[in-house]
Amino acid sequence: MVTAKLRAGDLSRITDMAEVKGRSLWADARKRFLLNKAAVASLLVLMFITLFSLTGEAVAPWTNEEIDFNVIGSADTKGMPSLESGHYFGTDDLGRDLFARSAQGTRVSLMVGFVGTFIAVLVGTVYGAVSGYVGGRTDAIMMRIVDILSAIPYMFVLILLLVMFGRSMFMIFVGIGLLSWLGMARIVRGQTLSLKHKEYIEAARASGVSSWKIILRHILPNLLGVVVVYTTLLIPDMIMAESFISFLGLGVQEPLTSLGALIAEGSKSIVQGSLWQLYFPLAFFTVTLYAFYFVGDGLRDALDPKDR
Amino acid sequence: MTAPLLDVRDLRVSFKIRNDGDMPWTKHRELKALNGVNLTLNAGETLGIVGESGCGKSTLARALIQIVPASGKVLWQGQTDLLTLTPRQMLAYRSQVQMVFQDPLVSLNPRMSVGAIVAEPLRTHHPDLSQTQIKQRVQEMMERVGLLPNQINRYPHEFSGGQCQRIGIARALIVGPKLLICDEPVSALDVSIQAQVINLLAELQRDLGLAMIFIAHDLSVVKHISNRVMVLYLGRTMELAASKALFAHAAHPYTKALLSAVPIPDPAKERAKQMIPLEGDLPSPMSPPSGCVFRTRCSIAQNRCASEVPALLGTTHQVACHLVNTATSEPV
Repeated sequence: MVTAKLRAGDLSRITDMAEVKGRSLWADARKRFLLNKAAVASLLVLMFITLFSLTGEAVAPWTNEEIDFNVIGSADTKGMPSLESGHYFGTDDLGRDLFARSAQGTRVSLMVGFVGTFIAVLVGTVYGAVSGYVGGRTDAIMMRIVDILSAIPYMFVLILLLVMFGRSMFMIFVGIGLLSWLGMARIVRGQTLSLKHKEYIEAARASGVSSWKIILRHILPNLLGVVVVYTTLLIPDMIMAESFISFLGLGVQEPLTSLGALIAEGSKSIVQGSLWQLYFPLAFFTVTLYAFYFVGDGLRDALDPKDR
Repeated sequence: MTAPLLDVRDLRVSFKIRNDGDMPWTKHRELKALNGVNLTLNAGETLGIVGESGCGKSTLARALIQIVPASGKVLWQGQTDLLTLTPRQMLAYRSQVQMVFQDPLVSLNPRMSVGAIVAEPLRTHHPDLSQTQIKQRVQEMMERVGLLPNQINRYPHEFSGGQCQRIGIARALIVGPKLLICDEPVSALDVSIQAQVINLLAELQRDLGLAMIFIAHDLSVVKHISNRVMVLYLGRTMELAASKALFAHAAHPYTKALLSAVPIPDPAKERAKQMIPLEGDLPSPMSPPSGCVFRTRCSIAQNRCASEVPALLGTTHQVACHLVNTATSEPV
């Protein structure tokens, strides 16, 4: 009897209590991500690199277009990295400051990575979700279009576009954005298919929620984990593609530069012994890519703890 | 006599089956999941539906709320045929018929808080309600189904299976339906929680005057809650009778076999009990047996069973079997 009384008292006290704060899956994932040291360190490195790419040119004593006439023609002997001359990373053969050029190149490479991926995520997610959710014939037609597009050699189209319409940042965005969403669309469609028959989707349909709202409210939030992980792996892919194009000499045009273009220039100067021209851009390139992969890995482990 | 709340006539559902690697022009094969089911349901009444897995229980529920396309007639309050409505017209009736699903955790969106989950039907059917009104109604409903209203911001994974099922019930009841379809609401829960949820459902039904279609494969659960019971086998009705009559003197050999398989919680009686074994597996619904679909596993099948489809005969105690006298519900 005493216990029954106590319980009743407890219950009223509990109901008087303020609302309990929920712990969403996102909060859980954030906690797990923050416990992953490699991923957090990589995220900090990425932030640092982004900061460098944005402010590096302002910090540098030389701008990226200024030519140091003291070193021109003898970059291998006078253009080495030194604090004295203000060329922290040395200069290239033309006497341009590599510190400022690296910052500029990193910015362009990151921009290509982010913009290309943004297009891929936007188009791919919507396309894949609609295709998977609607299903049937619509799905078949939409996915055949993806199949046909992905049968086109990607690099080939990009090179053709750049040759035909001239080399520009815009053309690179268009070329990369045009085909990069295909993989995303496939992944999202597959996920949507498996989500579609979950009972909470049926429950929403049974109570008359419109298809569009179901996609927005139930499908997309549950897809987001996969999309986020794939995105972090797509960004380095985009950077790599752009660098490859630039390495071939088809990328962005001077005076703009990118990490790929800087690496290409640097590799030509190996014979002269001015190795800093290769090392600095290459270091930024590899560190950026590694950092993205580690962050992607950390996100996957954090968002999908069951599938490890 | 007023029209029944729900009058289902000759409900058929078939799925088109394609094998992987079939050419686009290959003809679809048809899987008849429901083959002419009739039932009526009065306001406040509970109809239990039992049968093995794959007999069409869940398909029936999904056909009634039109998640799967069906043919036949589903008359609502004797007037509107729900199957002829456009999705827009159907919206008004969706708040009248709600469903509770089998797996409590899978039926709740893991990314939404409990408050948002329970509020969703309300937002859909009453878009004019303000945030505070919605929150108040959600909290009232949570209290009604035995959840603490201050848990409104929690997420499904923070609740136990039984609590999740209560959330599912709250979501179904918040728009004030007249008919609640429960698709095996307790089969994913353990026994002590089952009892709580069933008692909650029975209590809510009594208080709110709900009609219920209660699907289960556990006969003792169905017996406890139902007024009438329908036995399904391969998409056809085998027997339909008042709960007491069915459990006291089942007429159809399939029902008898099912009842004999119910364990008795008394070892002595359980040992002494005579089981009617069901031989073999459920035949493939892709190619159901001719005549009576149950004949391949029936212990008393005769030649006639292979050629003629038995009709569902009788008035209050309906049986579909050639070998049962429908007037007395006794074997002939």
